[in-house]
Amino acid sequence: MPLDIYLNVAVAGVLTGLVYGLMALGLSVIFGVVRVVNFAHGEMMTIAMYIAVTLFSAFHLDPLVMMVPIAAVLFAFGYVLQKGFINPFITRPEHSQFLLLVAVAIVIVNVLLIVYGPDAQNVQTSYAYDSFQIGPLIVDATKAYAGLAAIVVAAALFAFFQYSTVGTAIRACADNYTGALVVGLDVKHLYALTFGLGAACVGAAGTILLLIFDVTPAAGPAYTLLAFVIVITGGLGSMPGALIGGVMIGLTEAMAGLLFTPSAKSMFSFGILVLVLLFRPQGIMGKRAA
Amino acid sequence: MIARLTDGVSRRALVLLGLALAAALVAPLFAGDYLLTVLILIFYFAYVGQAWNIMMGFAGQLSLGHALYVGLGAYTAAALYVHFGVGPWIGLLVAVPLAALAGAFIGFLAFRFRVGGVYFAILTIAVAEFARVGFDHLSWTAGSSGLFLPVKQYAHNDLWLLRGSPAMFYYVLLTATVLAFIGCRALLKSRIGYFWLAIREDEQAARAAGIDTFRYKMAAVVISAAMTSFAGVIYAFYYNNLFPEQVFHISRSIEIILGPIVGGVGTLFGPILGAFILTGLAETLTGAMAMLGIDLPGAKQVFYGICLLLVIMALPDGVWPWLARRIGLKERGE
Repeated sequence: MPLDIYLNVAVAGVLTGLVYGLMALGLSVIFGVVRVVNFAHGEMMTIAMYIAVTLFSAFHLDPLVMMVPIAAVLFAFGYVLQKGFINPFITRPEHSQFLLLVAVAIVIVNVLLIVYGPDAQNVQTSYAYDSFQIGPLIVDATKAYAGLAAIVVAAALFAFFQYSTVGTAIRACADNYTGALVVGLDVKHLYALTFGLGAACVGAAGTILLLIFDVTPAAGPAYTLLAFVIVITGGLGSMPGALIGGVMIGLTEAMAGLLFTPSAKSMFSFGILVLVLLFRPQGIMGKRAA
Repeated sequence: MIARLTDGVSRRALVLLGLALAAALVAPLFAGDYLLTVLILIFYFAYVGQAWNIMMGFAGQLSLGHALYVGLGAYTAAALYVHFGVGPWIGLLVAVPLAALAGAFIGFLAFRFRVGGVYFAILTIAVAEFARVGFDHLSWTAGSSGLFLPVKQYAHNDLWLLRGSPAMFYYVLLTATVLAFIGCRALLKSRIGYFWLAIREDEQAARAAGIDTFRYKMAAVVISAAMTSFAGVIYAFYYNNLFPEQVFHISRSIEIILGPIVGGVGTLFGPILGAFILTGLAETLTGAMAMLGIDLPGAKQVFYGICLLLVIMALPDGVWPWLARRIGLKERGE
């Protein structure tokens, strides 16, 4: 195979990987602050994808335009979920939290199944078959837009945590729970905000991902797993790590699909995960936890 | 030995236990085909839940990938039977060590490299998923098109080849559940059980007290994996068809652990009670939906999910500890 095929596939993999990274970023932010693993993460993403499908088919609203409003809806969902259900569980053992979120995931998957049925749905944008030619490279327009949008959202989130007062307060909660309480921060509220932000991230990611992939109600658990693989590869709780992990996994899947068989691609991501866990358990960008 | 097993258990608890066992023994005589199928499912989950509980409930290692051991057991025994005509009980001699080896592999990697907590849980998912995709491409077991065991109409039950009526599978699983229950009680009351509890409560303190935590955590994984693979063998010969997408899927792993968590992690009755509650709940919902004439795919699971939510929010330690207090069966010294 000529070299430019590899290059084209690699670029497509990286762009898809950026969206994966944004999805995983949400998981990473939630874990980094609230210390809860969101086992309903992929399911939350399918909610966003279905909202985007509905808006597109009913009002012909482009997913890229609807990204922010849908992220806002998911923010509200995440905020309520944390405030109403997860806050009482933050001091409980992991398996309790796990069961809680698995129950939430089961409800989400099946409500979507009732409302939308089991068939795959997608959107057909006017630019679905456009592409850019850059030298020998041919880049899908949808993937380029998707990757770009993911970068913009991730940058906005970085800026929020780095420069805003609320973002600083949330980081304080993550660094020192007791300390945050002592200086009078409303930790429960900040946790709910964080979960909302993580949900908004995955909402934006889902809306963008709809440009690339179909959605079915059953896709949720697979995305949850993918998000786990990415955040652990990149470093659980690390924001740049999630993006880097996303790009790595996107690239690996694309290359494995090309060199072997597409159906075996997830084996390679799990292989990478196992290697990372063994040789750098804190992840590529993670700090070693005590 | 028996004295040590029953030490600290009240007479009332023993009588209730005996009555429950007697009821389970005669149940197939009265249960119809449908109820028997449900009971088989219940004891399958009770047994596997008990096996999972050894890792999580006793030694505190959260495994979210127990479908791996079920699948390895099921596929090994089924493939040996299909390809070489080797019966399940001989197949066990290969299947159980293989699953134990897989458990040892995961345990060794995780515990040597100090992978713990959430990371360990996700490693177990990863290996199970790896196996799922791997078996999808393994032609010796027919890959994703599925492995089928030959099925005929059986005039009598052949226990040696596990070919026969549901009642036979019921008794096999009931026996397994009872043995697992007794075995777990024996483990808990022995040295290794106390070491496990120490590791679960505070691993550093356990190590400081001189417990070889690596060795005992390994023991927990290996015992749990070996026990689980037996259920896999039964699964294969009961259902007669195996698909990697079904057997190794993460939702299978989740199903396995819901029972013990709802019943009560770390308790001996938790996995059994949890299996009864959850399977009973699922079947009741199916019945209720049929009666109300609701034919909506997913509606049943929505209610199931909501019930799970309510249970875990109301009884975070599981149903059994609460029930045990209610009926006055709280063990002395617990």
